[in-house]
Amino acid sequence: MLSAMTGAVEAGIIFALMALGVYLTFRILDLPDLTVDGSFTSGGALAAVMIANGYSPLLSTVAAILLGCVVGSVTGLLHTKGKINALLAGILSMIALYSINLRIMGRANVPLLGDDTLITQITDFGSFLGDASLLVIILIVVIAIKLIIDWFLDTEIGLALRATGDNEKMIRSFAANTDNTKILGLALSNGLVALSGALWAQYQGFADVNMGIGMIVIGLASVIIGEAIFGHKTVRRATLAVVGGAIIYRVIVALALRVGLDPSDMKLITALIVILALVMPKMISGLKEKRERAVRRKRALTASGTAGGGQHVES
Amino acid sequence: MLNLKGLNKVFNRNTVDEKIALAEINLSLQPGDFVTIIGSNGAGKSTLMNIVSGVYEPDLGTVEIDGKVVNDLSEHKRAPMIGRVFQDPMAGTAPTMTIEENLAMAFARDKRRSLMRGVSKKRKEMFREYVTSLHLGLENRLTAKVGLLSGGERQALSLLMATFTKPKVLLLDEHTAALDPARAQVITDLTREIVERDKLTTLMVTHNMQQALDLGNRLIMMDKGRIILDVPPEKKQGLTVEQLLEEFARIKGEKLDNDRVMLA
Repeated sequence: MLSAMTGAVEAGIIFALMALGVYLTFRILDLPDLTVDGSFTSGGALAAVMIANGYSPLLSTVAAILLGCVVGSVTGLLHTKGKINALLAGILSMIALYSINLRIMGRANVPLLGDDTLITQITDFGSFLGDASLLVIILIVVIAIKLIIDWFLDTEIGLALRATGDNEKMIRSFAANTDNTKILGLALSNGLVALSGALWAQYQGFADVNMGIGMIVIGLASVIIGEAIFGHKTVRRATLAVVGGAIIYRVIVALALRVGLDPSDMKLITALIVILALVMPKMISGLKEKRERAVRRKRALTASGTAGGGQHVES
Repeated sequence: MLNLKGLNKVFNRNTVDEKIALAEINLSLQPGDFVTIIGSNGAGKSTLMNIVSGVYEPDLGTVEIDGKVVNDLSEHKRAPMIGRVFQDPMAGTAPTMTIEENLAMAFARDKRRSLMRGVSKKRKEMFREYVTSLHLGLENRLTAKVGLLSGGERQALSLLMATFTKPKVLLLDEHTAALDPARAQVITDLTREIVERDKLTTLMVTHNMQQALDLGNRLIMMDKGRIILDVPPEKKQGLTVEQLLEEFARIKGEKLDNDRVMLA
């Protein structure tokens, strides 16, 4: 049980990078970007192929990040310069990437059996930490990346990026090129997603052409669960919430598997989690308001009762 | 400072919806000129603003700012020279960002945006001092999200942000129209104060004739895409709303007579 949970948390930390990427587009830029399903696989595919061909795992992972940035920029160019609807631009990139990813890998699956990967290197390096070595070290890396994102979003360029998603007309009148901020945001986002894919391929020991399917929904689930549980008042808080949400999501999945659900049910479970996370907060606050109103009405009634007039009294 | 020559703009050309928004507009503003524009809906006032700021391109004519023809510059490339306040108080600020972050974006208008912190300690002091000039107490709420401010406060902040970097041209597009009379007066006074202090070359559209008379040193009346009345500084002083309305009726009447002659 414990080792299964450790695995779930490790997976959650790796997926947190993807979720941070989704947060950048979905929340900061207010552009739902479906490229994610493709760029996650691209990251995993390129890293796996390079590692299998003897390149250093670190170099392979960096190359995967760069590929993700390029892919994101293409979606950005389609959306801004090509004036294609953001959703459609993402879908087009995603579908094109399916073929490209197959080209990169040369076949549908690239195993990394016995190859040195970043994950094995980290485990070896942190062996003094015992079983938790991988978990601790990748958590530190992910938190560091979260802090870099926080820092970036507070810079002048970062502020312009945030304003693009908040009030595009306004930031244009303050001399920001919103086409560029959108492309930059999409590039950074997909860079993070590809990094997540690269680490995931190394973690599970293979890259698969279908490994990215449904990633966007998992990313959204992480963002929404995280925000609902940890809050999102400031950017710092929100990015921390996204990391937490990604880990919680994997733990929920691990628990669901434990109760006997089939791995093939996971996409359905994910969709249900997202629906719940979206609907619940509204329902809860609605119920709360209703209850408060009832209490207030009751109080007003008793107040008018004691006044004796039986007239309606505003409390 | 601002020079408009032979501006023409037609929307939906060659369709039944064809609309002549601007017809041969010529207007020249000296540095420090504060021109108020009045006119009924559809007179072309907003189109004029949008052409100056680069949202639309004119069909014909040139826009010259500070001696430079800017026709080929897109909106964001012109923006360092132009400050703009919109009618909608929501339009000029970013609601989910804080007051100081909004000010930082305004401050970066005429600079190259870098990876420097937008709200540094030093800047924060400058922002605080600047916001204090509004006398709205916003200096104590610098880390509050702008979405929490009232419409009047947001419009005051928009005005402050638009003029932060002392733009060559300030465009005010009915910027008090969405506020209650008391708030509108506060913003009007603030506008006068800021424009006089920084000697900004300003173009202000308004539907409020009294405001058009109170503010600025020159008044223009537009109708159907043309400038039909141009009141110079020496005549603007002492002009009343009644005289303005009479003048408007007279000009319109003349035109009607002309039409009648044509049809007869």
